[in-house]
Amino acid sequence: MADLSVNIGNLKLSNPVMTASGTFGYGKEFEDFVDLEKIGGIIVKGTTLHRREGNPYPRMAETPMGMLNAVGLQNKGVDYFISEIYPQIKDIRTNMIVNVSGSAIEDYVQTAEKINALDAIPAIELNISCPNVKQGGMAFGVTAKGASEVVKAVREVYKKTLIVKLSPNVTDITEIARAVEGAGADSVSLINTLLGMAIDAEKRRPVLSTITGGMSGAAVKPIALRMVWQVSKAVNIPVVGLGGIMNWKDAVEFLLAGATAVQIGTANFIDPTITVKVAEGIDDYLNRHGFTSVKDIIGGLIV
Amino acid sequence: MKKYILDLEVVQNIRLHANYVLIKMTHAEPLPEMVPGQFAEIRIDGSPTTFLRRPISINYVDKSKNEVWFLVQLVGDGTRKLAMVEPGELVNVVLPLGNGYTLPQNPGAIKPLLVGGGVGTAPMLMLGSELSKMGCKPTFLLGARSSKDLLQLEDFQSLGEVYVTTEDGSMGEQGYVTQHSVLSAQRFDRIYTCGPKPMMMAVTKYAKANDIECEVSLENTMACGVGACLCCVENTDEGHLCVCKDGPVFNIKKLLWQI
Repeated sequence: MADLSVNIGNLKLSNPVMTASGTFGYGKEFEDFVDLEKIGGIIVKGTTLHRREGNPYPRMAETPMGMLNAVGLQNKGVDYFISEIYPQIKDIRTNMIVNVSGSAIEDYVQTAEKINALDAIPAIELNISCPNVKQGGMAFGVTAKGASEVVKAVREVYKKTLIVKLSPNVTDITEIARAVEGAGADSVSLINTLLGMAIDAEKRRPVLSTITGGMSGAAVKPIALRMVWQVSKAVNIPVVGLGGIMNWKDAVEFLLAGATAVQIGTANFIDPTITVKVAEGIDDYLNRHGFTSVKDIIGGLIV
Repeated sequence: MKKYILDLEVVQNIRLHANYVLIKMTHAEPLPEMVPGQFAEIRIDGSPTTFLRRPISINYVDKSKNEVWFLVQLVGDGTRKLAMVEPGELVNVVLPLGNGYTLPQNPGAIKPLLVGGGVGTAPMLMLGSELSKMGCKPTFLLGARSSKDLLQLEDFQSLGEVYVTTEDGSMGEQGYVTQHSVLSAQRFDRIYTCGPKPMMMAVTKYAKANDIECEVSLENTMACGVGACLCCVENTDEGHLCVCKDGPVFNIKKLLWQI
């Protein structure tokens, strides 16, 4: 067995496979299927300062090899998370990471500050890229200035590992990545969903209540891979790659492109055990190619 | 209830009608406990346009044969592909998902009406069977477009009284289930329903007007099936709840339907 451990800032992962926020609930939803402790990190549902009901139904449209969602950060707020959910997940022996979202800088700061106090949460993923929320979210993530401001503000109050999740819905993602690095992020994760749309021709109406939504799934992988490759060359902090990873081979491709770790999202819906299978598949790959550590293939693309 | 991912073996795939198949599956191990109203997420292999699993309600569990039955309506590419499975093939299934119908505490004293429309009759077979085993005799009210769309009628008839409406009048009374004369001729204590949303809304209206306990089963478009993605939400008195995890069966008192 190869050494699968990787580090993201001060965060130590037993293997480079994490779950993508919004696709794995709080972990408990999948405990019947998979040993949660075999997953490198679990990034839980996006959490905001106040309770959010999210967008109206319908929120999902299946697309060829993918799907669109328009959930809109439905969650019960950070205080509910701390009092009701945290006690249930704090003893899961893997990295439980909270995805933090907001619509104003002050919201992000207050939420991050509250989560900073939780011993069993070693990192947050700052979501500056949700395409499904009207004000904020992606608004911060689409300009270098906006991204830098929110990350700087959170960095002041958040002392543990700070991962910033980037939007692909920009002209040059490397510019945003560099701004976020300059503002003190320990890592960037990418890509969040791509803005897309589905139409019901028979009804002559949009499928989603919000008209547009975030696209994920196998279909987005080539775009995600390209962006991970570009960003990992542009910054010195570790990159977490995600977008359309369906199996171990996809994950290895992201590692070769420069990702230190990967996240699995939509694939959890099709195979709830996929995370552990991907970790095992990476190990097989390393053994087959004579690598003793996963670190040996990070950024190992031969060009 | 603990959820499982199983490769089930197809025992039989019966074409009931141009647009419906009944697929019976088994497993080497005893199948998990399932209750009426729960569903499964079935993976569809070999259909390029089908990315997600398909939620299909549990039609019936034949414990003596260790079989679970799925009544599948051919709607799109995914269900059409599923309808082509052959005996001996393995199908990857996640089950049991969601919450079932509330069974009566005092079955002997309750007269339930089970209303199904179209493929929504599927869970009514298992529910009727469970009620019957408890000593609670079910009455079925089944609606369809025409007589050929009425499925598994003999199975229903073996469990209780069956009343039928068809839109074209080819069997039973012509019209919709909520127009059937049995609703004025008899008094029911509880209504369980599953079918197209307009039908369930009409049934809900009847239940409210007559002060009858009523549960409906919803089929909002879903992805994960386990309450993780929050795509299939329904507006309720507690805010947005997941149909897959908090439902699919809801008491009508929880729903905010404008009726």
